[in-house]
Amino acid sequence: MSAFMNHFSFEFRTGIRNKELLLMNYLFPLGFYVMAGMFMTELNPAFRETVIPSMILFAIMVSMLLGLPQPLVTAREVGIFRSYKINGVPAISILTIPALTTMLHTLIVAVVITATAPLIFDAPLPVNWPGFIVVFLLTAFAFIGISLLISVISSSSRATVLWSQLVFLPSMLIGGLMITPDMLPDALARIGMLLPSTYSMNAFQRLAQNWNIGFDPYWSLAVLLAGGMLAFGLAIYLFCWDSHNRTRRGHPLLALLALLPYALGALFLS
Amino acid sequence: MNDSVIQVRDFRKIYGDVVAVDGISFDVQRGEIFGLLGPNGAGKTSTLESLEGLRTPDGGSLQVMGVDPAHQSRKLRNLIGVQLQTSALPDSITVEEAMKFFCAYHGVAPRYDLIDRLGLTEKRGAQHHQLSAGQQRRLVLALAIAHNPPVLFLDEPTAGLDVASRVELHNLMRELQAGGTTIMLATHDMAEAAEMADRVAILLRGKFAATGTPLDITATGAGLTKISVRTQGSSLSDSDITFPAVRRHVSKDEYSIYFSTDIGPTVSAIIDHIKSQGDTLIDLRVERPSLEDRFLEITTTGGIR
Repeated sequence: MSAFMNHFSFEFRTGIRNKELLLMNYLFPLGFYVMAGMFMTELNPAFRETVIPSMILFAIMVSMLLGLPQPLVTAREVGIFRSYKINGVPAISILTIPALTTMLHTLIVAVVITATAPLIFDAPLPVNWPGFIVVFLLTAFAFIGISLLISVISSSSRATVLWSQLVFLPSMLIGGLMITPDMLPDALARIGMLLPSTYSMNAFQRLAQNWNIGFDPYWSLAVLLAGGMLAFGLAIYLFCWDSHNRTRRGHPLLALLALLPYALGALFLS
Repeated sequence: MNDSVIQVRDFRKIYGDVVAVDGISFDVQRGEIFGLLGPNGAGKTSTLESLEGLRTPDGGSLQVMGVDPAHQSRKLRNLIGVQLQTSALPDSITVEEAMKFFCAYHGVAPRYDLIDRLGLTEKRGAQHHQLSAGQQRRLVLALAIAHNPPVLFLDEPTAGLDVASRVELHNLMRELQAGGTTIMLATHDMAEAAEMADRVAILLRGKFAATGTPLDITATGAGLTKISVRTQGSSLSDSDITFPAVRRHVSKDEYSIYFSTDIGPTVSAIIDHIKSQGDTLIDLRVERPSLEDRFLEITTTGGIR
Protein backbone atom coordinates (compact mmCIF):
# COMPACT_ATOMS: atom_id res chain seq x y z
CA MET A 1 0.00 0.00 0.00
CA SER A 2 1.39 3.42 -0.88
CA ALA A 3 2.33 5.89 1.81
CA PHE A 4 -0.58 8.12 0.79
CA MET A 5 -3.15 5.32 1.05
CA ASN A 6 -1.66 4.14 4.32
CA HIS A 7 -1.86 7.65 5.74
CA PHE A 8 -5.39 8.11 4.37
CA SER A 9 -6.54 4.83 5.86
CA PHE A 10 -5.08 5.73 9.27
CA GLU A 11 -6.64 9.20 9.27
CA PHE A 12 -10.02 7.80 8.25
CA ARG A 13 -9.97 5.30 11.12
CA THR A 14 -8.91 8.09 13.47
CA GLY A 15 -12.04 10.01 12.47
CA ILE A 16 -14.11 7.20 13.99
CA ARG A 17 -11.75 5.97 16.71
CA ASN A 18 -11.18 9.37 18.28
CA LYS A 19 -14.23 10.21 20.41
CA GLU A 20 -14.09 13.96 19.75
CA LEU A 21 -13.84 13.41 16.02
CA LEU A 22 -16.61 10.81 16.12
CA LEU A 23 -18.77 13.42 17.82
CA MET A 24 -17.96 16.11 15.26
CA ASN A 25 -18.08 13.85 12.20
CA TYR A 26 -21.19 11.83 13.01
CA LEU A 27 -22.95 12.19 16.35
CA PHE A 28 -23.42 15.95 16.48
CA PRO A 29 -24.47 16.45 12.81
CA LEU A 30 -26.81 13.46 12.80
CA GLY A 31 -28.22 14.24 16.26
CA PHE A 32 -28.83 17.86 15.28
CA TYR A 33 -30.41 16.73 12.02
CA VAL A 34 -32.92 14.56 13.88
CA MET A 35 -33.67 17.22 16.49
CA ALA A 36 -33.88 20.13 14.02
CA GLY A 37 -35.91 18.01 11.62
CA MET A 38 -38.46 17.20 14.34
CA PHE A 39 -38.80 20.66 15.85
CA MET A 40 -38.19 23.00 12.93
CA THR A 41 -40.61 21.22 10.61
CA GLU A 42 -43.28 21.59 13.31
CA LEU A 43 -42.54 25.27 13.90
CA ASN A 44 -41.93 26.17 10.27
CA PRO A 45 -43.31 23.64 7.75
CA ALA A 46 -41.38 25.37 4.95
CA PHE A 47 -38.20 24.18 6.63
CA ARG A 48 -38.79 20.68 5.27
CA GLU A 49 -38.01 22.11 1.81
CA THR A 50 -34.46 22.90 2.94
CA VAL A 51 -33.84 20.10 5.43
CA ILE A 52 -31.49 18.20 3.13
CA PRO A 53 -29.24 21.09 1.96
CA SER A 54 -29.22 22.90 5.29
CA MET A 55 -28.45 19.79 7.34
CA ILE A 56 -25.77 18.69 4.90
CA LEU A 57 -24.28 22.16 5.10
CA PHE A 58 -24.48 21.95 8.89
CA ALA A 59 -22.67 18.58 8.83
CA ILE A 60 -19.95 20.06 6.61
CA MET A 61 -19.50 23.04 8.94
CA VAL A 62 -19.37 20.94 12.11
CA SER A 63 -16.90 18.37 10.83
CA MET A 64 -14.75 20.87 8.95
CA LEU A 65 -14.81 23.92 11.23
CA LEU A 66 -15.18 22.29 14.63
CA GLY A 67 -13.58 18.90 13.99
CA LEU A 68 -10.71 19.35 11.54
CA PRO A 69 -8.54 22.21 12.90
CA GLN A 70 -8.15 21.12 16.52
CA PRO A 71 -6.27 17.81 15.94
CA LEU A 72 -3.96 19.56 13.48
CA VAL A 73 -3.10 22.31 15.96
CA THR A 74 -2.60 19.76 18.75
CA ALA A 75 -0.38 17.64 16.49
CA ARG A 76 1.79 20.66 15.75
CA GLU A 77 1.90 21.69 19.44
CA VAL A 78 3.01 18.28 20.73
CA GLY A 79 5.62 17.78 18.02
CA ILE A 80 3.91 15.17 15.83
CA PHE A 81 4.66 17.25 12.73
CA ARG A 82 8.35 17.17 13.68
CA SER A 83 8.24 13.38 13.71
CA TYR A 84 6.48 13.50 10.37
CA LYS A 85 9.07 15.86 8.89
CA ILE A 86 11.97 13.69 10.02
CA ASN A 87 10.31 10.66 8.46
CA GLY A 88 9.56 12.35 5.18
CA VAL A 89 5.82 12.99 5.48
CA PRO A 90 5.23 15.97 3.16
CA ALA A 91 3.47 19.08 4.45
CA ILE A 92 0.85 18.76 1.73
CA SER A 93 -0.10 15.27 3.01
CA ILE A 94 -0.36 16.55 6.56
CA LEU A 95 -2.93 19.10 5.40
CA THR A 96 -4.77 17.33 2.59
CA ILE A 97 -5.18 13.82 4.00
CA PRO A 98 -7.13 14.80 7.15
CA ALA A 99 -9.15 17.17 4.96
CA LEU A 100 -10.00 14.39 2.50
CA THR A 101 -10.90 11.90 5.21
CA THR A 102 -13.10 14.50 6.92
CA MET A 103 -14.76 15.07 3.58
CA LEU A 104 -15.37 11.33 3.28
CA HIS A 105 -16.98 11.23 6.74
CA THR A 106 -19.15 14.18 5.75
CA LEU A 107 -20.10 12.45 2.53
CA ILE A 108 -21.31 9.44 4.53
CA VAL A 109 -23.38 11.72 6.75
CA ALA A 110 -24.73 13.51 3.67
CA VAL A 111 -25.82 10.18 2.19
CA VAL A 112 -27.58 9.26 5.45
CA ILE A 113 -29.37 12.63 5.56
CA THR A 114 -30.36 12.50 1.90
CA ALA A 115 -31.61 8.93 2.20
CA THR A 116 -33.60 9.38 5.41
CA ALA A 117 -34.97 12.95 5.24
CA PRO A 118 -37.70 12.11 2.67
CA LEU A 119 -38.81 9.15 4.80
CA ILE A 120 -38.70 10.82 8.22
CA PHE A 121 -39.54 14.45 7.47
CA ASP A 122 -41.19 14.22 4.06
CA ALA A 123 -38.37 16.38 2.70
CA PRO A 124 -38.08 16.77 -1.08
CA LEU A 125 -35.10 15.15 -2.77
CA PRO A 126 -32.84 17.28 -5.00
CA VAL A 127 -34.18 17.49 -8.52
CA ASN A 128 -30.77 18.07 -10.10
CA TRP A 129 -28.39 15.42 -8.77
CA PRO A 130 -25.25 16.50 -10.64
CA GLY A 131 -25.83 20.06 -9.42
CA PHE A 132 -26.38 18.75 -5.89
CA ILE A 133 -23.08 16.81 -5.95
CA VAL A 134 -21.14 19.74 -7.41
CA VAL A 135 -22.48 22.12 -4.76
CA PHE A 136 -21.66 19.59 -2.03
CA LEU A 137 -18.09 19.18 -3.27
CA LEU A 138 -17.44 22.89 -3.69
CA THR A 139 -18.96 23.70 -0.30
CA ALA A 140 -16.79 21.07 1.35
CA PHE A 141 -13.77 22.42 -0.51
CA ALA A 142 -14.46 26.01 0.59
CA PHE A 143 -14.81 24.97 4.24
CA ILE A 144 -11.77 22.70 4.04
CA GLY A 145 -9.73 25.71 2.92
CA ILE A 146 -10.98 27.85 5.80
CA SER A 147 -10.48 25.06 8.35
CA LEU A 148 -6.92 24.39 7.20
CA LEU A 149 -6.18 28.09 7.29
CA ILE A 150 -7.49 28.26 10.86
CA SER A 151 -5.36 25.28 11.86
CA VAL A 152 -2.25 26.82 10.31
CA ILE A 153 -2.56 30.32 11.79
CA SER A 154 -3.90 29.38 15.25
CA SER A 155 -1.26 29.90 17.88
CA SER A 156 -2.94 27.53 20.36
CA SER A 157 -5.86 25.19 20.87
CA ARG A 158 -7.84 27.98 22.52
CA ALA A 159 -7.26 30.32 19.59
CA THR A 160 -8.45 27.55 17.26
CA VAL A 161 -11.80 27.31 19.02
CA LEU A 162 -12.16 31.06 18.83
CA TRP A 163 -11.40 31.29 15.11
CA SER A 164 -13.63 28.31 14.30
CA GLN A 165 -16.56 29.76 16.23
CA LEU A 166 -16.01 33.10 14.54
CA VAL A 167 -17.00 31.45 11.26
CA PHE A 168 -19.37 28.77 12.58
CA LEU A 169 -21.77 30.85 14.68
CA PRO A 170 -22.44 33.63 12.13
CA SER A 171 -22.85 30.96 9.47
CA MET A 172 -25.57 29.34 11.56
CA LEU A 173 -27.33 32.62 12.26
CA ILE A 174 -27.02 34.67 9.07
CA GLY A 175 -25.52 32.19 6.60
CA GLY A 176 -28.82 30.97 5.17
CA LEU A 177 -29.12 27.72 7.12
CA MET A 178 -31.95 28.55 9.47
CA ILE A 179 -33.13 31.86 8.05
CA THR A 180 -33.08 32.71 4.35
CA PRO A 181 -31.21 35.94 3.45
CA ASP A 182 -34.40 37.62 2.20
CA MET A 183 -35.81 37.40 5.74
CA LEU A 184 -32.76 39.23 7.16
CA PRO A 185 -32.23 43.01 7.38
CA ASP A 186 -30.21 44.24 4.38
CA ALA A 187 -27.08 44.98 6.40
CA LEU A 188 -27.06 41.51 7.99
CA ALA A 189 -27.78 39.85 4.66
CA ARG A 190 -24.79 41.72 3.22
CA ILE A 191 -22.56 40.64 6.12
CA GLY A 192 -23.84 37.11 5.61
CA MET A 193 -22.38 37.21 2.13
CA LEU A 194 -18.91 37.21 3.68
CA LEU A 195 -19.67 33.61 4.69
CA PRO A 196 -19.34 30.57 2.40
CA SER A 197 -22.56 29.08 3.76
CA THR A 198 -24.62 31.85 2.10
CA TYR A 199 -23.25 30.97 -1.33
CA SER A 200 -23.61 27.27 -0.61
CA MET A 201 -27.27 27.53 0.35
CA ASN A 202 -27.95 29.74 -2.69
CA ALA A 203 -26.30 27.19 -4.97
CA PHE A 204 -28.05 24.24 -3.31
CA GLN A 205 -31.44 25.87 -3.69
CA ARG A 206 -31.01 27.06 -7.23
CA LEU A 207 -28.88 24.35 -8.77
CA ALA A 208 -29.96 21.28 -6.84
CA GLN A 209 -33.54 22.14 -6.12
CA ASN A 210 -34.30 24.47 -9.03
CA TRP A 211 -35.72 27.23 -6.83
CA ASN A 212 -35.90 30.61 -8.45
CA ILE A 213 -34.50 32.72 -5.58
CA GLY A 214 -31.29 34.56 -4.82
CA PHE A 215 -28.51 35.33 -7.28
CA ASP A 216 -26.95 33.40 -10.15
CA PRO A 217 -25.80 30.08 -8.63
CA TYR A 218 -22.81 29.87 -10.95
CA TRP A 219 -21.42 32.96 -9.25
CA SER A 220 -21.90 31.14 -5.96
CA LEU A 221 -19.96 28.17 -7.29
CA ALA A 222 -17.25 30.50 -8.56
CA VAL A 223 -16.99 32.24 -5.19
CA LEU A 224 -16.83 28.90 -3.33
CA LEU A 225 -14.19 27.58 -5.71
CA ALA A 226 -12.09 30.73 -5.57
CA GLY A 227 -12.45 30.98 -1.78
CA GLY A 228 -11.46 27.34 -1.34
CA MET A 229 -8.47 27.59 -3.67
CA LEU A 230 -7.23 30.79 -2.09
CA ALA A 231 -7.63 29.48 1.47
CA PHE A 232 -6.03 26.14 0.63
CA GLY A 233 -3.11 27.82 -1.12
CA LEU A 234 -2.59 30.21 1.78
CA ALA A 235 -2.76 27.31 4.27
CA ILE A 236 0.05 25.53 2.43
CA TYR A 237 2.04 28.76 2.18
CA LEU A 238 1.66 29.60 5.87
CA PHE A 239 2.16 26.02 7.09
CA CYS A 240 4.52 25.70 10.03
CA TRP A 241 6.06 22.41 11.20
CA ASP A 242 6.81 23.34 14.72
CA SER A 243 5.25 25.37 17.53
CA HIS A 244 8.68 26.07 19.04
CA ASN A 245 10.39 27.08 15.85
CA ARG A 246 8.09 29.53 14.13
CA THR A 247 9.83 30.15 10.89
CA ARG A 248 7.03 30.63 8.42
CA ARG A 249 7.00 32.13 4.99
CA GLY A 250 4.44 34.86 5.60
CA HIS A 251 2.60 36.78 8.29
CA PRO A 252 -0.56 35.06 9.58
CA LEU A 253 -2.56 38.16 8.66
CA LEU A 254 -2.14 37.07 5.04
CA ALA A 255 -4.89 34.58 5.83
CA LEU A 256 -7.38 37.44 5.54
CA LEU A 257 -6.82 37.33 1.78
CA ALA A 258 -9.01 34.21 1.77
CA LEU A 259 -11.98 36.50 2.42
CA LEU A 260 -11.44 38.29 -0.88
CA PRO A 261 -13.83 36.24 -3.07
CA TYR A 262 -16.57 36.49 -0.44
CA ALA A 263 -15.99 40.23 -0.05
CA LEU A 264 -16.26 40.67 -3.81
CA GLY A 265 -19.44 38.60 -3.75
CA ALA A 266 -20.85 40.81 -0.99
CA LEU A 267 -20.05 43.90 -3.05
CA PHE A 268 -21.23 42.81 -6.46
CA LEU A 269 -23.84 40.05 -6.05
CA SER A 270 -27.37 40.52 -4.81
CA MET B 1 41.55 8.13 5.58
CA ASN B 2 38.87 10.67 6.40
CA ASP B 3 35.57 8.81 6.75
CA SER B 4 33.47 11.56 8.33
CA VAL B 5 29.75 10.93 8.25
CA ILE B 6 28.85 14.09 10.14
CA GLN B 7 30.79 17.28 9.59
CA VAL B 8 30.08 20.42 11.59
CA ARG B 9 32.06 23.60 10.96
CA ASP B 10 31.71 26.84 12.97
CA PHE B 11 28.05 26.05 13.62
CA ARG B 12 26.09 28.86 15.25
CA LYS B 13 22.48 28.97 16.40
CA ILE B 14 20.95 32.14 17.77
CA TYR B 15 17.49 32.72 19.27
CA GLY B 16 16.86 36.46 19.51
CA ASP B 17 19.64 37.77 21.75
CA VAL B 18 20.64 34.32 23.01
CA VAL B 19 23.53 32.52 21.36
CA ALA B 20 22.57 28.87 21.87
CA VAL B 21 25.52 27.42 19.95
CA ASP B 22 28.61 29.51 19.38
CA GLY B 23 30.78 28.30 16.52
CA ILE B 24 31.38 24.64 17.31
CA SER B 25 33.17 22.28 14.91
CA PHE B 26 33.44 18.51 15.03
CA ASP B 27 33.42 15.37 12.88
CA VAL B 28 31.80 12.03 13.57
CA GLN B 29 33.35 9.03 11.84
CA ARG B 30 31.51 6.13 10.22
CA GLY B 31 30.48 3.50 12.76
CA GLU B 32 31.28 5.72 15.70
CA ILE B 33 29.06 6.37 18.72
CA PHE B 34 29.48 10.04 19.52
CA GLY B 35 28.08 11.29 22.83
CA LEU B 36 26.90 14.86 23.15
CA LEU B 37 26.77 15.88 26.79
CA GLY B 38 25.92 19.09 28.54
CA PRO B 39 23.63 20.66 31.08
CA ASN B 40 20.16 21.85 30.08
CA GLY B 41 20.38 24.83 27.72
CA ALA B 42 23.95 24.06 26.66
CA GLY B 43 22.98 23.75 22.99
CA LYS B 44 22.69 19.96 22.59
CA THR B 45 19.16 19.96 21.21
CA SER B 46 19.86 22.91 18.89
CA THR B 47 22.85 21.01 17.49
CA LEU B 48 20.97 17.73 17.11
CA GLU B 49 17.87 19.33 15.62
CA SER B 50 19.93 21.31 13.14
CA LEU B 51 21.63 18.10 12.03
CA GLU B 52 18.19 16.47 11.74
CA GLY B 53 16.96 19.31 9.51
CA LEU B 54 14.46 20.61 12.06
CA ARG B 55 16.25 23.92 12.56
CA THR B 56 18.21 26.19 10.27
CA PRO B 57 21.73 27.18 11.33
CA ASP B 58 22.53 30.87 11.74
CA GLY B 59 26.15 30.34 10.77
CA GLY B 60 28.67 27.74 9.70
CA SER B 61 27.99 24.56 7.82
CA LEU B 62 26.54 21.15 8.63
CA GLN B 63 26.73 17.98 6.57
CA VAL B 64 25.30 14.52 7.18
CA MET B 65 26.57 11.95 4.67
CA GLY B 66 27.39 14.85 2.37
CA VAL B 67 23.87 16.27 2.61
CA ASP B 68 23.05 19.74 3.92
CA PRO B 69 20.21 19.09 6.41
CA ALA B 70 18.73 22.58 6.13
CA HIS B 71 18.34 22.54 2.36
CA GLN B 72 18.20 18.90 1.31
CA SER B 73 15.61 17.45 3.67
CA ARG B 74 14.26 15.03 1.05
CA LYS B 75 17.69 13.45 0.61
CA LEU B 76 18.26 13.44 4.34
CA ARG B 77 15.14 11.56 5.38
CA ASN B 78 16.32 8.07 4.38
CA LEU B 79 19.85 8.69 5.63
CA ILE B 80 18.91 9.38 9.23
CA GLY B 81 16.84 7.80 11.96
CA VAL B 82 15.79 9.98 14.84
CA GLN B 83 14.53 9.22 18.29
CA LEU B 84 13.31 12.55 19.57
CA GLN B 85 13.40 13.37 23.27
CA THR B 86 9.61 13.34 23.42
CA SER B 87 7.68 10.55 21.81
CA ALA B 88 5.46 12.49 19.41
CA LEU B 89 2.99 10.23 17.68
CA PRO B 90 -0.76 10.56 17.23
CA ASP B 91 -2.57 9.32 20.34
CA SER B 92 -4.78 6.91 18.47
CA ILE B 93 -2.13 5.26 16.27
CA THR B 94 -1.44 1.64 17.17
CA VAL B 95 2.05 0.15 17.37
CA GLU B 96 1.47 -1.82 14.18
CA GLU B 97 -0.07 1.12 12.34
CA ALA B 98 2.86 3.35 13.31
CA MET B 99 5.31 0.83 11.91
CA LYS B 100 3.35 0.56 8.64
CA PHE B 101 2.85 4.32 8.44
CA PHE B 102 6.49 5.37 8.78
CA CYS B 103 7.91 2.47 6.78
CA ALA B 104 5.55 3.37 3.94
CA TYR B 105 6.91 6.92 3.88
CA HIS B 106 10.47 5.56 3.86
CA GLY B 107 9.55 3.16 1.07
CA VAL B 108 10.50 0.00 2.97
CA ALA B 109 8.54 -3.01 4.22
CA PRO B 110 7.30 -2.78 7.83
CA ARG B 111 9.84 -4.20 10.31
CA TYR B 112 7.56 -6.08 12.70
CA ASP B 113 10.61 -7.99 13.96
CA LEU B 114 11.74 -4.78 15.68
CA ILE B 115 8.43 -4.59 17.53
CA ASP B 116 9.12 -8.06 18.88
CA ARG B 117 12.79 -7.32 19.52
CA LEU B 118 11.92 -4.26 21.60
CA GLY B 119 9.38 -6.13 23.69
CA LEU B 120 6.22 -4.69 22.20
CA THR B 121 4.76 -7.90 20.75
CA GLU B 122 1.78 -7.90 23.08
CA LYS B 123 1.18 -4.21 22.44
CA ARG B 124 0.95 -4.40 18.65
CA GLY B 125 -2.72 -3.45 18.69
CA ALA B 126 -2.43 -0.91 21.53
CA GLN B 127 -2.86 2.76 20.77
CA HIS B 128 0.03 5.12 21.48
CA HIS B 129 -1.69 6.75 24.47
CA GLN B 130 -2.22 3.33 26.03
CA LEU B 131 1.52 2.60 26.15
CA SER B 132 3.72 3.37 29.14
CA ALA B 133 6.42 6.02 28.74
CA GLY B 134 9.07 3.32 28.34
CA GLN B 135 7.01 1.46 25.74
CA GLN B 136 6.48 4.71 23.82
CA ARG B 137 10.24 5.32 23.75
CA ARG B 138 10.89 1.77 22.55
CA LEU B 139 8.32 2.21 19.80
CA VAL B 140 9.91 5.46 18.65
CA LEU B 141 13.30 3.76 18.62
CA ALA B 142 11.92 0.88 16.54
CA LEU B 143 10.49 3.42 14.09
CA ALA B 144 13.80 5.30 13.97
CA ILE B 145 15.79 2.25 12.88
CA ALA B 146 13.14 0.49 10.79
CA HIS B 147 14.51 1.85 7.49
CA ASN B 148 18.12 0.92 8.34
CA PRO B 149 19.47 4.46 8.37
CA PRO B 150 23.25 4.81 8.23
CA VAL B 151 23.09 7.61 10.81
CA LEU B 152 21.05 7.45 14.00
CA PHE B 153 20.31 10.36 16.35
CA LEU B 154 19.25 9.33 19.83
CA ASP B 155 18.10 11.99 22.26
CA GLU B 156 17.95 10.65 25.83
CA PRO B 157 17.20 7.14 24.56
CA THR B 158 17.12 5.42 27.94
CA ALA B 159 15.08 8.02 29.83
CA GLY B 160 12.13 6.20 31.39
CA LEU B 161 13.37 2.72 30.47
CA ASP B 162 13.63 -0.10 33.00
CA VAL B 163 16.93 -1.93 33.48
CA ALA B 164 16.13 -4.78 31.09
CA SER B 165 15.01 -2.41 28.32
CA ARG B 166 18.10 -0.29 28.85
CA VAL B 167 20.36 -3.32 28.47
CA GLU B 168 18.44 -4.38 25.36
CA LEU B 169 18.79 -0.91 23.89
CA HIS B 170 22.54 -0.88 24.54
CA ASN B 171 22.89 -4.30 22.91
CA LEU B 172 20.92 -3.01 19.94
CA MET B 173 23.16 0.06 19.70
CA ARG B 174 26.25 -2.15 19.68
CA GLU B 175 24.74 -4.34 16.97
CA LEU B 176 23.93 -1.31 14.87
CA GLN B 177 27.41 0.05 15.40
CA ALA B 178 28.92 -3.28 14.38
CA GLY B 179 26.83 -3.07 11.20
CA GLY B 180 28.38 0.32 10.40
CA THR B 181 25.68 2.63 11.74
CA THR B 182 26.94 5.95 13.07
CA ILE B 183 25.16 6.97 16.25
CA MET B 184 24.96 10.41 17.76
CA LEU B 185 23.81 10.14 21.34
CA ALA B 186 22.65 13.05 23.47
CA THR B 187 22.27 12.01 27.07
CA HIS B 188 22.33 13.17 30.65
CA ASP B 189 23.29 9.68 31.74
CA MET B 190 27.05 9.82 32.22
CA ALA B 191 27.34 6.10 32.90
CA GLU B 192 25.62 5.44 29.57
CA ALA B 193 27.92 7.87 27.75
CA ALA B 194 31.00 6.35 29.36
CA GLU B 195 29.86 2.84 28.50
CA MET B 196 28.56 3.38 24.99
CA ALA B 197 30.31 6.35 23.40
CA ASP B 198 33.62 6.07 21.54
CA ARG B 199 34.03 9.81 21.91
CA VAL B 200 32.13 12.45 23.81
CA ALA B 201 31.87 16.21 23.62
CA ILE B 202 30.75 18.30 26.56
CA LEU B 203 28.85 21.40 25.52
CA LEU B 204 28.76 24.32 27.88
CA ARG B 205 27.04 27.61 27.05
CA GLY B 206 27.14 26.82 23.34
CA LYS B 207 30.83 25.89 23.17
CA PHE B 208 32.75 22.68 23.58
CA ALA B 209 34.28 22.53 27.03
CA ALA B 210 35.91 19.15 26.40
CA THR B 211 36.08 16.55 23.64
CA GLY B 212 37.71 13.14 23.44
CA THR B 213 37.23 9.57 24.52
CA PRO B 214 35.55 9.15 27.92
CA LEU B 215 38.91 7.93 29.22
CA ASP B 216 40.74 10.98 27.86
CA ILE B 217 38.26 13.31 29.44
CA THR B 218 38.35 11.68 32.85
CA ALA B 219 42.16 11.56 32.71
CA THR B 220 42.63 15.25 31.97
CA GLY B 221 40.69 16.52 34.97
CA ALA B 222 41.96 17.72 38.28
CA GLY B 223 39.90 14.96 39.87
CA LEU B 224 41.54 12.88 42.54
CA THR B 225 42.02 9.15 42.07
CA LYS B 226 40.77 7.08 44.97
CA ILE B 227 43.23 4.39 46.18
CA SER B 228 41.80 1.98 48.76
CA VAL B 229 44.30 -0.31 50.53
CA ARG B 230 43.79 -3.11 53.05
CA THR B 231 46.68 -4.88 54.78
CA GLN B 232 46.96 -7.80 57.14
CA GLY B 233 48.83 -5.79 59.76
CA SER B 234 48.60 -2.20 60.84
CA SER B 235 51.37 -0.71 58.71
CA LEU B 236 49.05 1.99 57.36
CA SER B 237 47.25 2.81 60.58
CA ASP B 238 49.59 5.63 61.52
CA SER B 239 47.92 8.78 60.31
CA ASP B 240 51.22 10.65 60.20
CA ILE B 241 52.56 8.60 57.25
CA THR B 242 52.68 10.66 54.08
CA PHE B 243 52.80 9.44 50.48
CA PRO B 244 53.58 11.50 47.39
CA ALA B 245 50.71 13.26 45.55
CA VAL B 246 48.17 12.36 48.25
CA ARG B 247 45.80 15.19 49.02
CA ARG B 248 43.52 13.48 51.51
CA HIS B 249 43.46 10.33 53.62
CA VAL B 250 40.59 8.62 55.43
CA SER B 251 40.09 5.23 57.06
CA LYS B 252 36.93 3.23 56.57
CA ASP B 253 35.98 -0.45 57.12
CA GLU B 254 39.59 -1.65 57.58
CA TYR B 255 40.65 0.23 54.45
CA SER B 256 43.01 3.16 54.26
CA ILE B 257 41.76 5.41 51.49
CA TYR B 258 44.07 7.90 49.77
CA PHE B 259 43.00 10.55 47.27
CA SER B 260 45.89 11.12 44.90
CA THR B 261 46.61 13.52 42.05
CA ASP B 262 49.16 11.10 40.57
CA ILE B 263 48.53 7.42 41.15
CA GLY B 264 51.90 6.04 39.94
CA PRO B 265 54.13 7.49 42.67
CA THR B 266 51.42 7.09 45.30
CA VAL B 267 50.80 3.38 44.68
CA SER B 268 54.55 2.62 44.45
CA ALA B 269 55.20 4.41 47.73
CA ILE B 270 52.33 2.65 49.50
CA ILE B 271 53.55 -0.81 48.36
CA ASP B 272 57.14 0.02 49.33
CA HIS B 273 55.96 1.17 52.74
CA ILE B 274 53.94 -2.02 53.33
CA LYS B 275 56.94 -4.17 52.35
CA SER B 276 59.32 -2.18 54.49
CA GLN B 277 57.07 -2.69 57.50
CA GLY B 278 56.93 -6.46 56.87
CA ASP B 279 53.19 -6.25 56.35
CA THR B 280 51.10 -8.12 53.73
CA LEU B 281 48.85 -6.47 51.16
CA ILE B 282 45.33 -7.99 51.07
CA ASP B 283 43.48 -5.66 48.70
CA LEU B 284 44.29 -2.59 46.61
CA ARG B 285 41.70 -0.79 44.49
CA VAL B 286 42.22 2.19 42.24
CA GLU B 287 39.14 4.15 41.13
CA ARG B 288 39.60 6.82 38.52
CA PRO B 289 37.24 9.83 38.62
CA SER B 290 34.12 8.91 36.66
CA LEU B 291 32.87 10.79 33.61
CA GLU B 292 30.16 12.15 35.87
CA ASP B 293 32.78 13.54 38.29
CA ARG B 294 34.59 15.12 35.35
CA PHE B 295 31.37 16.45 33.88
CA LEU B 296 30.46 18.10 37.16
CA GLU B 297 33.96 19.53 37.44
CA ILE B 298 33.77 20.97 33.92
CA THR B 299 30.27 22.34 34.22
CA THR B 300 30.92 23.98 37.59
CA THR B 301 34.32 25.44 36.78
CA GLY B 302 33.78 26.34 33.15
CA GLY B 303 35.92 23.51 31.85
CA ILE B 304 38.73 23.32 29.32
CA ARG B 305 38.83 23.43 25.57
